[in-house]
Formats: sequence, C-alpha cells, structure tokens
Amino acid sequence: MRRLATPAAVFALAAVAVAVLPHLVSDFHAFQLANVGIYFIALVGLNVLTGSSGQISLGHGAFMAIGGYTSAILMANHGVRDLWTIPLAGLVAGGAGLLVGLPATRLSGLYLALVTFGIAVSFPQLLKKFEGFTGGTTGLILNLPAAPFGLHTSSNRWLYYLTWGLALVLAALAWALLRGRFGRALRAIRDSEVAAASSGIDLALYKTLAFGISAFYAGVAGSLFAIATAYVNPDAFPVTLSVVLVVGLVVGGLGSLPGLVLGAAFIVYLPVHSGTLLRWFEQVVPVDVSPKAPGVPSVIYGAVVILVLLVLPRGAGGLLGLTSRLYTRSYRP
Amino acid sequence: MIDFLQQVVAGLASGGIYASLALAIALIYRSTGVINFAQGEMATLTTYIVWSLHNRGLGFWGAFALTVVLAFAGGVALERVVIRPFESAPVLTVVMVTIGLFFLLNGLTSVLWGGAQRRLPENRPFPTATFDVGGVQISRLDAGLIALMLVTVAALFALFRYTKLGLALRASALQPASSRLVGIRVGWMLAVGWGLAAALGVVAGVMAAGSYGSFDPTLMQTILLYAFAAAILGGIDSPGGAVVGGLVLGVLLNLLGTYVDWIGSTLRLPVALLVILVVLVIRPAGLFGRTTVQRV
Amino acid sequence: MSAQPLLELEGVEARYGPVTALRDVSLSVPEGEVHAVLGANGAGKTTMLRAVSGTVRRSGAIRFAGRSIARRAPESVARLGIAHVPEGRGTFSELTVAENLRLGAYTRSRRDARSGEQWVLGYFPRLAERRRQQAGTLSGGEQQMLALARALIARPRLLMLDEPSLGLAPLVVREIFRIVGELHEHEGLTVLVVEQNARIALEAAQKAYVLEVGQVAVEGSSEELRAHEGVRRSYLGY
Repeated sequence: MRRLATPAAVFALAAVAVAVLPHLVSDFHAFQLANVGIYFIALVGLNVLTGSSGQISLGHGAFMAIGGYTSAILMANHGVRDLWTIPLAGLVAGGAGLLVGLPATRLSGLYLALVTFGIAVSFPQLLKKFEGFTGGTTGLILNLPAAPFGLHTSSNRWLYYLTWGLALVLAALAWALLRGRFGRALRAIRDSEVAAASSGIDLALYKTLAFGISAFYAGVAGSLFAIATAYVNPDAFPVTLSVVLVVGLVVGGLGSLPGLVLGAAFIVYLPVHSGTLLRWFEQVVPVDVSPKAPGVPSVIYGAVVILVLLVLPRGAGGLLGLTSRLYTRSYRP
Repeated sequence: MIDFLQQVVAGLASGGIYASLALAIALIYRSTGVINFAQGEMATLTTYIVWSLHNRGLGFWGAFALTVVLAFAGGVALERVVIRPFESAPVLTVVMVTIGLFFLLNGLTSVLWGGAQRRLPENRPFPTATFDVGGVQISRLDAGLIALMLVTVAALFALFRYTKLGLALRASALQPASSRLVGIRVGWMLAVGWGLAAALGVVAGVMAAGSYGSFDPTLMQTILLYAFAAAILGGIDSPGGAVVGGLVLGVLLNLLGTYVDWIGSTLRLPVALLVILVVLVIRPAGLFGRTTVQRV
Repeated sequence: MSAQPLLELEGVEARYGPVTALRDVSLSVPEGEVHAVLGANGAGKTTMLRAVSGTVRRSGAIRFAGRSIARRAPESVARLGIAHVPEGRGTFSELTVAENLRLGAYTRSRRDARSGEQWVLGYFPRLAERRRQQAGTLSGGEQQMLALARALIARPRLLMLDEPSLGLAPLVVREIFRIVGELHEHEGLTVLVVEQNARIALEAAQKAYVLEVGQVAVEGSSEELRAHEGVRRSYLGY
C-alpha cells in the first residue's frame, strides 16, 4: 500500500492542478491547454508502443483520424451526443490498431516505421475515396462543443475539463498497465526479443496488444480533436501529424508521464511561440525572416529533435537506450 | 492497344521519377542501413534552388547542373555535420534524425520560398508537345524524362563499375572494416553516398516538377512513399533493383489507374502501400535484394 | 638501415568492453625481420595485431618507424604502410579477384597499381587465372593467397598476418609460408605473423613471442624457443 502512496499523491496533485488551472488562465488559453491534453493522450498511447515495446510507429495520425472520423460520423450523421462517441471512437481505432498490429509486428523496426509511414501518407486518400461515409474532401461539420447537463461553463473550459479529465484517467490506466505484468512483458520484448520469447512471452500477442492499446489512445485523442475543432476533413490528419507525435515523444522523453506532458506542450505551443524564438535566434544569427512565415515551426521542430537526440544520454532512458538493445546494428559500420 | 502503350510510356515516365528517388534511398540504405526519411524534402529543396537560380538569370540546364553540384556538396556536408555525430548510435535513432531533417528541410523550403505554387519555365525540362511513334502519341516530356533517368542511371552505373571511387564506395558498403584496412576513409565514403543521393534528388525533383506542371513545398511528400515502394519492390539494398522497381511501379500504377475505375487516380497511394505490404510478406528481399528482413 | 625498430610496442593494453585482452605487452620488430606471435586461443594474439592496425581500443605506446600510431584510425595506419591480413582474411567476397587487388592498391596511383598487380600475380599465378572470378567462389587456399596478394600489392613496409594457416591443408600452408619467405628474402619485407601452428611459424621467423592470457610469457629467437622446455611441451608437442 505504501508503494502506491507517492504515485497516488502525484496523481492527486495533478488532479488538483487540472481542476484549478482554467480559472487562472484566459478562455483562449483553456482551449490551448485542451489541445495539450489531446496530444498528451495520444503520446501516452504512443509511449506504450514505442517507449515500452520499442516499436516505432510513424502512422498514429491515421488512428487519430479514425477516432476523429468515427466521432464525427456518429455526431453528424446519427446525432449521437459528443461524449458517447469518445469511447466508441477509441474502440474503433483500437480495433484498427489490432488489425494493423497483427501483421505489422512481425516486421523489424525499420520496416515497421516505413509501413506505418505509408499508412499515414495514404490514409487521407482513403478518406477522400469513401466519401459517402466520410464526406470526402469537404469533410464533416459538427456542432461546437457545449457543456452537458446545463453546467455553466464556457465551451473552451468545458473542453479543457473533458480532455484533461480523460487524460488523467487514461494516464493512470496506462501507468498501472505498464507497472504490471503487461508492462514487464513489453519491456522484456524491447530489451531482447529472443530472450523474451525463450522465457515464454508470446511476442506476437503482446506486440499486437501494445499496438491496439496505443491506437485506442490515439483514437480517443482524435475524437477529442474532432469535437474540439468541430470539423473533420482528410487534410486535418496529414502525415506531418503522425511524425510530429513521434517528435513530441522524443522531445518529451520516453517512459516519463510528466515528460509526455512537456512533449505535448512542445507540440502545441511551439508554433505559437516560434515568432519569439525566431527573434531570439536573430540576435545571434541575423536572418531576414518574417516571424509569421509558414515553416518556421517545422524548422524548429526539426532542429530540436536532432539536438535532443544528440544530447540525451545514450543507454539511459531516452529513445536511444530503449531501442538500442533491439537493434544492435550501429549506423557506423 | 495504342491506348495501352501510351499508358505504359506515361507509366515509365512517372516511374522514372520514383526510380530516381528510390535509387537515392537505396544508396544510403546500402551503405549505412538507414532509411532516409528526409530524402524527399532534400529533393524538394534542391528543386526550388534550380527554380531560383534560373529566375536569377541562369539558363535552365545551367541551373540544373549547378544545383546538382551544390546538392552533392550539401549532401556530403549534411552527412558529416548532422549524421556523423550519431555514427555509433543505433539505426533507429539515425532514422529519427532523418525525421528531424524532414521537418527542418520542409520548414526551410517554406520559409525561403513560401507556399505559393511555382512553375518551372515553359518547356522545361522538356516540351509537352507530343510526337507520333507508330500511332502512339508520346509526349516529349515523357520521353525526355525517361531519357534523363536513363542517362542518370547510366552515369551512376559507370561511376560504380569503372572508377576507383565507385569501387571504394562499393567496398565500403559491403565490408567497411576490410575497407579501412586497405586505407579507404569509410566515413568520407558514407558522406559521398549522401552527396550522390542528394544529387539524385535534384533529378527526381526536377522531373516531378516538370511532370506536375507546378510545385510547392509538398512536392515530394507523396512521391517519397512511391519511392519507398519502388525500393522495397526492387530490393532496398539493390540500386539496380530500385530502378527496376520504380519503373514497374510507375507502369503498374498507371495501368491500374486507367483500367480499374475504382482505383482511378485517388487510390494510387494506398496501392503503393499495398505493394510494400505484399512484398514484405511474400518476398522481403524484393526482386533483386540480398539481405532479408529481420523477422521475429 | 636505421637502428630504430620498424615496429615497437610498449606497455600496450587493449580491451573489449570490460574484458582486458592485452596487458602490458611490449615487443620490438626491426626492419627486415620476420617475427612470430604464438599462443593458445584467446591468448590475445589477434588482439595484438588489431592494436597495431587500430581496429581495437588500445592504450600504451605503439610506434611505427619512430612515429606514434597509438591514436590513429585504421585507414590512417594502413596508409602509413602497414598491411593487416585479419582473421577471416578481409577479402571482399562479392567482388572479383581483380577488384580485390585494385582495392589493395587503393593508396597507390593507377600506374603503380597496374605494375603492382603484375608483380604480385607473379607470386600467385593461380590467382592470375581467376582474375575475373568472384572472390567468394575461390577455394580456401586461394582466398588466403588473395588476401596476401591484396596486402602485398600496396607494397607495405610491414605485413601483419593473422593465422594464415587457419582452415588450410598442410600443402597450401607450406606454399603460403614459402611465398612469405621469398618475399622476406627478395624484397626485405618485415613480417609479424600470428600463428597457432608454432612449428611452421618458428621455421619462418627469426624471433617469436608466446602470449598467454594477454601477456608475453616467453620471448626469444626461434632457436631459443625451440629449445625451451615449456614451449616445446605446450606448442610444439614434444
């Protein structure tokens, strides 16, 4: 019981922070924080896959799309209340994750990355093709989110509570999962598939489950995303979304829940503050670039990822350490 | 029949684009085991450089040639400065670095030139007029693209087969430790590999821009997937395979798009993904590849 | 000829991660001599050659013609004129014999490479017949000859051979050592050969070192070692 004390305390603290924060910030900031919550959920899921079992996925934006579209279709075409669509979206995405995971987990890391990248790139075309379902290129328009049960709170604050309430619950769930037998099995697989298999761990089962679970989380995140923006279309889930999730994971640090919050914050706030960062940069290196130029956030994302990979200590936590044991072939021959 | 042949020719032309980029990917993979996810963005950036140089007064082909040289130098520098610090890191980490590069270069292109659609000059790289070969209408553009790809592949082939540098590149990719023992600076060979890949990107980018008529920073994002499919189909560590894979894929996609209505032009990317999946399941080494996919 | 030895090792240590494979090893090879390194499996013989060629982490003093090479990368060591034929031969099995030779002559000019090829194929006529053949399809003995030829074509000052007799029939081993002997006599080649076959190594060498558990246990001229009780018992079998 004592061992649960500290995490429980942290969790309680977090819950309090989440409850209090919206009253300290503007309505717009509440919306941004809600976005952070959405990405955080997706990252927690991705962490289960990549951080624990060491499989890289460059396609989780597609699972977000599945979740988002599931919610949107249910809401727009069938009048389902936004809240109830969330678990459904998660389940549909999770199911897709299991389907993809089954064959995909037999591939080595590099090829899995490639295949998931392919999924991310080609998914929008599938969305456009099946327009009867998905509304094609124009997408689906939804009602703005409104607090249920007549609660008196703004749309943005409601969103904030919704996303962070879910985030806390889902994060706790993931934490419990990873602490237990499931997590141990995943980490054993990450460290050495051969050793894990010889100790009787069913590699395919665990790897596929990890995939499914991470897809579920992505689906929930995607669903919240759809609810928050009140609009889905194929271009809302481009390949860069999938890739930016991995960026957030790397920057935030694998295996660390607080780190993932930072990662999510990084994803959401960087484009907002890229102007400021650019101005700082210009004091060192004079460049004639408009801070509003599109592409500045991407440059910073890229630079930060490379720097983080360079600086993270090798072998200790971090992407480098966790995946190195699976893939012993070094870049330098 | 004529229609069929026309589609085949058009498929070869677009296949040439995929083949060029696939070749670049295969080169880097073969020597380092890394899949460079930034290959497409490198190509896009260099295409803008060609466009820019031409805008400043350089003739198109002059701009092209100069950019090939610049891209080569850039690729070498990129490997030495950005990739080299990770030389003892695991392969997947380096792949993450290439993803960082993907963002960086993509953003850089947008920052420098904005998102507006650009066009290559009229009739560049080749005129769009068609000519008649036995009843089959072939556009000069398609013919030119195929020719450009053949010239590029031939040049590369000659480099590898007949020059000392090419031999050293091959040796470094095959057995780096033994290569060091004969005095080859393997690290620099890797850099040259990146340089060649970057130079190939110029060819692929110009071909794509010419083929599509206009271009923007997203030019190569989808082509990258076609290139991956081509490389996997041909065998990702076989440069020759990458070329064949590209051509086959181009023709396949074109024929499927034309004759299977349901696929049309909207489902080309999923078909490419399907090709990747089928190859990895049935014959992971591809048509001409040597190494096998690591399986559990 | 200068008094300074061509190759000098002083207090050299080498490790593979936590395992120390070489401990305080010292030796000195004057130019123009053949020295042998003997010892059982795992004694550190291979590691010693790797320490010289720079393919293992090492510390201590290593000097080649007076210059320190203890910090140099393998390709740099090779360019100084040290040819290392490693365990496993280091031939490029997917390339042809001719290409292997061309690579051996990598550091030389095109003209030198061609004349070098003629010269070296003079010693290995069997390879001349198989110029266009893929190296991996050669027999074991031919591959060893190719490895040797590839090392020699660069006209090295020091030739290091790691277990040339491994996996080869006695007749072939004789042939190889005969060629090495000829090269030593006619060209004044300096050779450091690691061998498990102590008898043939001592025949070819002027001086030998016996390594045990990473350290030099015995050293002396070939005659001294042949007379040495312990060496005879453990390595010569009588």
